[in-house]
Amino acid sequence: MPHNTAPHASRCTQGVTGATVGPGAAAIRLEVNGIVRALAVLPSETLAEVLRERLALTGTKIACDRGACSSCTVWVDGAPVCSCMVLAIEVDGHRVTSIEGLAGEALHPVQSAFIEHDAIQCGFCTPGLVMSCVALLESHPHPTEEEVKAAIGGHLCRCGTYPHVIAAVLDVARKGKRSP
Amino acid sequence: MDAFEWMSPQDIEQAARAATTTVAAAMVRDSGEPAAGDALLKAGGIDLLDLMKEGLLKPRRLIHLRNIAGLDRIEGAEGGLRIGPNVTLSQLASHAEVRMRFRALAQAAGASASPQIRHLATLGGNLLQRPRCWYLRSRAHHCTRKGGDRCFAFGGENQYHAIFDHKGCAIVHPSTCATALIAFGARLEITGPRGARRAPSVEEFLLLPEADLHRENTLEPGEIVTAIVLPAPAQATRSLHIKQCETESFDWPLADVAVVLDLESGVCRKAAVVLGAAAPAPHRARAAEAALTGKRIEEPVIRVAARAALQGAAPLAKNGYKLPIFETLLRRALLAATEG
Ligand SMILES: Cc1cc2nc3c(=O)[nH]c(=O)nc-3n(C[C@H](O)[C@H](O)[C@H](O)COP(=O)(O)OP(=O)(O)OC[C@H]3O[C@@H](n4cnc5c(N)ncnc54)[C@H](O)[C@@H]3O)c2cc1C
Repeated sequence: MPHNTAPHASRCTQGVTGATVGPGAAAIRLEVNGIVRALAVLPSETLAEVLRERLALTGTKIACDRGACSSCTVWVDGAPVCSCMVLAIEVDGHRVTSIEGLAGEALHPVQSAFIEHDAIQCGFCTPGLVMSCVALLESHPHPTEEEVKAAIGGHLCRCGTYPHVIAAVLDVARKGKRSP
Repeated sequence: MDAFEWMSPQDIEQAARAATTTVAAAMVRDSGEPAAGDALLKAGGIDLLDLMKEGLLKPRRLIHLRNIAGLDRIEGAEGGLRIGPNVTLSQLASHAEVRMRFRALAQAAGASASPQIRHLATLGGNLLQRPRCWYLRSRAHHCTRKGGDRCFAFGGENQYHAIFDHKGCAIVHPSTCATALIAFGARLEITGPRGARRAPSVEEFLLLPEADLHRENTLEPGEIVTAIVLPAPAQATRSLHIKQCETESFDWPLADVAVVLDLESGVCRKAAVVLGAAAPAPHRARAAEAALTGKRIEEPVIRVAARAALQGAAPLAKNGYKLPIFETLLRRALLAATEG
């Protein structure tokens, strides 16, 4: 994915297997938004907590904390996952992309389309929704409405922005702009 | 979450030796707090972390299975498929051969949870997840399944509970994939601290409350499911899985059905009909299977079979609505299976 290949980024090495660590902090290395980070994390810390609290990447939101609302969606190795149900120690050696990793100089076209289509109200679910929509367009540049609905099916938006989100994604697909 | 130790073994033997108990056994207690000190197996962690966050488990150590090489493969085996337990639901749903030859399983996996969860959740963990019963998952309810002396679903909020086989406990089995696995006659390869045991069918592996109130399957401490094996289907096999949820998006089903039909020029030689979210283990509807076997699968036969599937149902106060849903799902599944 183009936004993950910052020139200074190198692949992390796979974490040590076999050994037992914890309950105190353990060292991990992971790539976040193109930058390799060495961190000390508790085995009990989730990826969502580490992104927010240790790396100050607070765009990722924790709402249900049970994998049932998708507001914490980030990508691990390019696949959207609920970061509240992934332990940080599991992503040792992996590549994470959060909402902060999408925009370059300009916003990502999906972010711009959300603004244009008024697909945000309170905004709490928005970063997660954007991550799912961009992931969809990476694999399906011209999705059908049904495919958009399936891709965002795990997201809860209490403001009910769904129709605007769908319109925004289809608009980006129609215009064929996929990266900032 | 409370702090715990983390171990990421490289091989199955090391993992089997490290596990002190099963999740089901760890949740059985006299009353009060869950036991501390257990070492528990973790795959995707979707169910395990949920139980820990709810304060229903307090393990001392997690044994992460996902770095064990070779457990995430799907390979051909004697005309069928051998699926590693770490294969994710999204890999299963998109695998070309699974979609073509074991369509009902790809459908069941692809319709479970959300895309984000399917990228994390494994087939092994899906089969071994604990039931969704809100009394089981409530710290305030010391129910029979956790070692208490009553099932709160009887006389309680039982709209999502079982309509069959609910003697002493009215959970429904939570695994949507299990419905399809049983319809295909899948078997499990299991290794424990003393080596491999004879591979049980998924049907034998899953238990009803009358066999054991405290666990949904025969997994023993230290045992690891190392493969889910699908036998070769007959040449003209048609299969289908459909589920009905309360909402259109992600959720465990109110009702789901899997049908696997061996058809020869429209005549059914063998049928498997399994109902999910109907009983504490996926419910094999043998009367429906009998009604289909030897028959040409057409509207009147389908109607009789769908009705027969509900023989023996004993709905609770609030879940009688499941009966017409199952009947309709089965009619749809049988019609669609024969069409395509
Ligand atoms: C919002 C939401 C919706 C959902 N909807 C559905 C649905 O519609 N249908 C459905 O079926 N599920 C559904 N689920 C449940 C989800 O699919 C399961 O929790 C998941 O599949 C569990 O797999 P896991 O790899 O995360 O297991 P884990 O949580 O890691 O493990 C589950 C259990 O299996 C044991 N275990 C795991 N692997 C092995 C092994 N190889 N050998 C021995 N023991 C093992 C663990 O010790 C643990 O007890 C949903 C979940 C969420 C959050």
